[in-house]
Amino acid sequence: MYFDSFAEFLRMGNHGLYVWVAYGSTLLVLLSAFFITRSMSRSVEANIRWAILSRQAEQASGAQTKQEDGSES
Amino acid sequence: MKLNQKLKEYWHKLGSPRWFYQITTNWVTFFGASALLLLVTGLVWALAFAPADYQQGNSFRIMYVHVPAAMVAQSLYIGMGVAGFIGLVWRMKLTDVAIGACLPLGMVLTALALFTGGVWGKPTWGSWWEWDGRTVSTLVLLFLYIGIYALREAIPDQNLRARASALVSLVGTVNIPIIKYSVEWWNTLHQSASFSLTEKPAMPVEMWLPLLIMVLGFYCFAGHQVLSRMRLEVLTRESSSRWVAELMQGRGMLANPAKASSTDHGKD
Repeated sequence: MYFDSFAEFLRMGNHGLYVWVAYGSTLLVLLSAFFITRSMSRSVEANIRWAILSRQAEQASGAQTKQEDGSES
Repeated sequence: MKLNQKLKEYWHKLGSPRWFYQITTNWVTFFGASALLLLVTGLVWALAFAPADYQQGNSFRIMYVHVPAAMVAQSLYIGMGVAGFIGLVWRMKLTDVAIGACLPLGMVLTALALFTGGVWGKPTWGSWWEWDGRTVSTLVLLFLYIGIYALREAIPDQNLRARASALVSLVGTVNIPIIKYSVEWWNTLHQSASFSLTEKPAMPVEMWLPLLIMVLGFYCFAGHQVLSRMRLEVLTRESSSRWVAELMQGRGMLANPAKASSTDHGKD
């Protein structure tokens, strides 16, 4: 470790504010990019799943009405 | 001749969204894991173990986030320019997906590079902002990103949007060499490159090794983000195709929809 104590580490030789603001903003950017992409991926997958399921349900009910039509005639 | 054919086949596959989705599945995990490892190591090293600069003191530690952010921001723009060129010449659809995926991260990283540059400039140059070749050309890069973003939001037609953003991305790449050589062309405050591919760094090894780790970490992070976003866009655009349905079925997301919502997200 370059610093003698934790307090020294936080102070960064009077440049603490600058260093921590720069690193904090970097972490904020990286973490928010990661979590935004992850939540987008979840919602996209949920939407696609929903679309496929409703299409399948539609097809199933379509097939059913066809069968009913067949029995009637 | 055989190699030529192989290359041709590869080139055609490259345009196939399904093929792209399949081969990148493992890449995303690889880039994500590498990014985490490199960034954690790099951050701890840069903050606590690297020695302070004899002139700048500890404010020089800002370099470890400022330089990678700026490098990746420019690389992403170059990626957009290359994708734009391929898209314009060969009409490959995947290139527009790539542009859309590079754009948001490139934009925030450019902003981050400018911001951390200002925070570094205050204790070093004595001001938050200098009208200097490097800072102005980087500001132009930010405006290019914002412009292309706005363009894409404004054009609803997918083909027109793809062509317009490809063209602007391609034309905007002239700014990249300007950013690179700005410190040589104009007499500026901004210090010259800390790193180059051909020369040994002027810094001692205990200073540049953490920088190298941070740069690699940022690149892996960008790889993870860009690929993830491209895959999302591919899924969205192909959502009505059979392979997407099969993919979802394969993941068990359709077999039991009630259960699927709580599982299968761990790997992204």
